[in-house]
Amino acid sequence: MIPGAFDYHRPTTLAEATGLLAEHGDAARVLAGGHSLIPMMKLRMAAPEHLIDLAAIEALRGIALGTEIRIGAMVTQAELIAHEGLAAACPILREAALQIADPQVRYVGTVGGNVANGDPGNDMPGLMQCLGARYALTGPDGSREVAARDFYHSAYVTERAEDEILTAILIPHPAPGTGYAYEKQKRKIGDYATAAAAVMVGRSAASIAMTNLADRPIWSQAAGAALASGDVAGAVAAALSEIDPSDDNRGPAEFKRHVAGVILKRAIERARARAA
Amino acid sequence: MNEMTPNQSERAEKLKGLGSSRKRVEDVRFTQGKGNYVDDIKLPGMLFGDFVRSPYAHARVVSIDADAAKALPGVVAVLTAADLAPLGLHWMPTLAGDKQMVLADGKVLFQGQEVAFVVATDRYAAADAVELIEVEYEELPVVTDPFKALEPGAPVLREDLAGKTEGAHGPRRHHNHIFTWEQGDKDATEQVLSGADVVAEEMIYYHRTHPCPLETCGCVASMDKVAGKLTVWGTFQAPHAVRTVASLISGIAEHNIRIISPDIGGGFGNKVGVYPGYICSIVASIVTGKPVKWVEDRMENLMATAFARDYWMKGRIAATKDGKITGLWCHVTADHGGFDACADPTKFPAGFFNICTGSYDIPVAYLAVDGVYTNKAPGGVAYRCSFRVTEAAYFIERMIEVLAIKLGMDAAELRRVNFIRKDQFPYHSALGWEYDSGDYHTAWDKALAAVGYEDLRAEQADRIEAFRRGETRKLMGIGLTFFTEIVGAGPVKNCDILGLGMFDSCEIRIHPTGSAIARLGTISQGQGHATTFAQILASEIGLPADDITIEEGDTDTAPYGLGTYGSRSTPVAGAATAMAGRKIRAKAQMIAAYLLEVHDDDVEWDVDRFVVKGAPERFKTMKEIAFAAYNQAIPGLEPGLEAVSYYDPPNMTYPFGAYVCVVDVDVDTGVTDIRRFYALDDCGTRINPMIIEGQVHGGLTEALAIAMGQEIAYDEMGNVKTGTLMDFFVPTAWETPHYETDWTTTPSPHHPIGAKGVGESPNVGGVPCFSNAVNDAFRAFGHVHAHMPHDHWRVWKIAHDLGLHG
Ligand SMILES: Cc1cc2nc3c(=O)[nH]c(=O)nc-3n(C[C@H](O)[C@H](O)[C@H](O)COP(=O)(O)OP(=O)(O)OC[C@H]3O[C@@H](n4cnc5c(N)ncnc54)[C@H](O)[C@@H]3O)c2cc1C
Repeated sequence: MIPGAFDYHRPTTLAEATGLLAEHGDAARVLAGGHSLIPMMKLRMAAPEHLIDLAAIEALRGIALGTEIRIGAMVTQAELIAHEGLAAACPILREAALQIADPQVRYVGTVGGNVANGDPGNDMPGLMQCLGARYALTGPDGSREVAARDFYHSAYVTERAEDEILTAILIPHPAPGTGYAYEKQKRKIGDYATAAAAVMVGRSAASIAMTNLADRPIWSQAAGAALASGDVAGAVAAALSEIDPSDDNRGPAEFKRHVAGVILKRAIERARARAA
Repeated sequence: MNEMTPNQSERAEKLKGLGSSRKRVEDVRFTQGKGNYVDDIKLPGMLFGDFVRSPYAHARVVSIDADAAKALPGVVAVLTAADLAPLGLHWMPTLAGDKQMVLADGKVLFQGQEVAFVVATDRYAAADAVELIEVEYEELPVVTDPFKALEPGAPVLREDLAGKTEGAHGPRRHHNHIFTWEQGDKDATEQVLSGADVVAEEMIYYHRTHPCPLETCGCVASMDKVAGKLTVWGTFQAPHAVRTVASLISGIAEHNIRIISPDIGGGFGNKVGVYPGYICSIVASIVTGKPVKWVEDRMENLMATAFARDYWMKGRIAATKDGKITGLWCHVTADHGGFDACADPTKFPAGFFNICTGSYDIPVAYLAVDGVYTNKAPGGVAYRCSFRVTEAAYFIERMIEVLAIKLGMDAAELRRVNFIRKDQFPYHSALGWEYDSGDYHTAWDKALAAVGYEDLRAEQADRIEAFRRGETRKLMGIGLTFFTEIVGAGPVKNCDILGLGMFDSCEIRIHPTGSAIARLGTISQGQGHATTFAQILASEIGLPADDITIEEGDTDTAPYGLGTYGSRSTPVAGAATAMAGRKIRAKAQMIAAYLLEVHDDDVEWDVDRFVVKGAPERFKTMKEIAFAAYNQAIPGLEPGLEAVSYYDPPNMTYPFGAYVCVVDVDVDTGVTDIRRFYALDDCGTRINPMIIEGQVHGGLTEALAIAMGQEIAYDEMGNVKTGTLMDFFVPTAWETPHYETDWTTTPSPHHPIGAKGVGESPNVGGVPCFSNAVNDAFRAFGHVHAHMPHDHWRVWKIAHDLGLHG
């Protein structure tokens, strides 16, 4: 549980950080809260020679509620949970964040790190797909935006280029009266999901995404469409047809598939009850 | 008595003796982060050790190339079996009469086995060097199933034992067989079973798990070549035994070895054994002349240092139609891993598993245990229980439930009908134990009344009806357990470890101003000895507990003892403490009589003083007596006030308890919610009620872990699947339910203060209670038994197999 040797960098501007990334290429990794990356380094499953800590870059901080919601990449889960305005504007964020890890991890782990990491166990990617969020990326050639729904390819493989930094998450304001629920089954505090579901349901629109049931988050267009038309069973069936869980210590795929259906139905029920 | 003299009860209260919920004196340093653990020890020039471990569960070691590692800056040495062989230290004896490789000698037998030991100037260099060592392995067929291990064509694991048909515990009948241990009357039991009204039969698996103390195992070995003295600080639950073993295997004279157990962050049996890391650190220190530290990380701890349980227990229990048990039969297939490194008294290769007749008056019983080698880590330690007692309690408490189902009888009533009655104590069990004292019916009735047992059953029946009508998807389980432990090993006539009798000791010195230090042969790992042993003494010698220092763990100062595990500290060392205190008091009586100018027999003990019989205004307090012991020339008495006692207990003690658990089970997800847990413990005389409650909370929480999810699981290749705390379940405050604690008090008749020990009871009783609750939830649907751990998917599977998912 001792990482290999590495150099530590602490840039104060985004330009400096992208410069360091360009300079060191493959040998460098950016460090946010470190609560996914450092365990991997201790297991020597990751062995970056250069760690570029984003903690001192002011531009990556802060939550802004403008025409859309902007969450800086370095906002911690704890900051997200504590933000009253955000909780009023988009309450599912707080509901989901409270189900991530434990308070200690949430004080340090960041939203940007959670969505950039690419681990199918992370809760925020599915949630962001459900919300129709976009990620702002900055690299040596400038900035671009990528939809969360297009970002994840397979475990740890994302649309982000190695020399890009994810700077912010942009979320459209949910329509007034939209019901929401984030439902997660886990073995214990600090565990990734056995199955998790994010549901948003409004008057004629709905969105459904599921977590840790495939090698990437699963946003099901068909499930959302079925739910929008009031067909709960159809929504569940559509979502289940797109997931592809695998066996692990949480249980075999058959069990996860069953639980996925149960908790998705519960999430839908809760979300509908909250819809105005 | 005049107004100025406090009355007896006021004086007794000031002592904070027996029965006082005195706060833990240890916590002053622990709550300030000022504990001193092995990893806090830093010596000048200290080196660090780290292991290369086998990625395979069974393989031949073809070659080890350490050149690149040795060339790395900071690396001082790399040890392999070839380096240890000339010293005869490439293998070491185990506590179970087997031997174990210190470093892989030609082959490896489990994943995580120690292959080479790197010594470097810092931890980072050592870890980098581990990566650079190239080991060529040739994989061999793996067997992780103890039943398959005993098949005729099974791979040969222990080539070193080829041709050996006799092991440490009798004949071996197969190359992977370790021993067969038989107890009781086989023929008579089989006769009863064949003629019985009812026989219930079940295979009950108590899965492999791990004590997982917060602090892992480690040591700092320091060989002073000038003085010729070896000092080892380590996470040792039995420091004196470690000293003796170290002397025997290293050839260093015992007076030249000093073992120190500093603060220990939990042991739970994991720190009883002797591990390769200790031997390698000692050798490395001797070779380099520098102190060497080795501390395992969490994954190494879970993968390689001692596991617990892994017992396949086949049971048959016979009864009359109206539920009177007539006989019990049990066969255990015990998976010991690659080496037999169980920590049990020598004559008990399956520990005290023969307590498996439990709290019941069972006239005839038979038990056989077969120990088996597999490609898993060695160990088999008593994880917060006396030797294999938790396995025994789990077995009988599950068998009672299985029998209740077969009889169509209420499980609480079945227990009541079969309890050993109060008037039967001392009770001789069919498998050879003499239970010292108990009042099971009283405890049981108190427990059932406290939880409102009848109402709970009525609620459960309503719930089942509601479930059948489709109104709820949650079932309710009621878990019952009545357990009897056997702790306090033990009488030297039948209990020893490596030939060392399992007595324990206490040495007391009273200082002239009336305070004291007492040293014991045990070692606290969180149990609070410094608090409670001072309380025993306070009541015995009349000095305030706050004025008594308790010291343990340094073999250069503490009297010889066998250490702390198996709830033996209070039954054995606690008894020694009381007995040493009585010696002090006997001398104090003579001093008091001299000072008061009366005959020894004319003074009597009164809380904290001796008073002249019939003249209570004439007295000498213990404080005055202590001073006199050091400044008066008393004819016929040596100066000073000291005593030592080595206590060989006449019997074990038998704590017991009645537990009830109520669980709600979500049939569709397998999620369980412990709604209520009531624990009544009878540990005899209660020394510190607050500490007892803390011990019960901790033990129940570990029981919750084991019953509901904690396991060391292997795949068929012998890979450990649960090697980190992500998968190995250690409950936090979030998962831990509220506990209601209660007690009865039935003192041990043979212990000087009547205490029985409590630290492990909640784990012994808790595991079957949680498990019974989960199983009980499905009883109405024809379910009989499911193996632990009852994690979500396994609970879901019970429901699924019963067709409850439609
Ligand atoms: C005990 C424990 C339990 C946990 N449980 C959960 C859980 O239930 N649900 C859950 O979702 N997560 C869980 N996590 C993970 C936790 O939320 C992490 O904090 C999160 O996954 C990563 O965020 P971080 O800020 O720590 O990122 P880091 O660990 O610093 O980085 C993660 C990865 O993302 C990259 N990265 C980080 N920030 C950026 C950026 N701005 N631009 C580009 N790349 C970037 C890093 O290079 C790295 O590859 C758990 C972690 C622990 C230790």
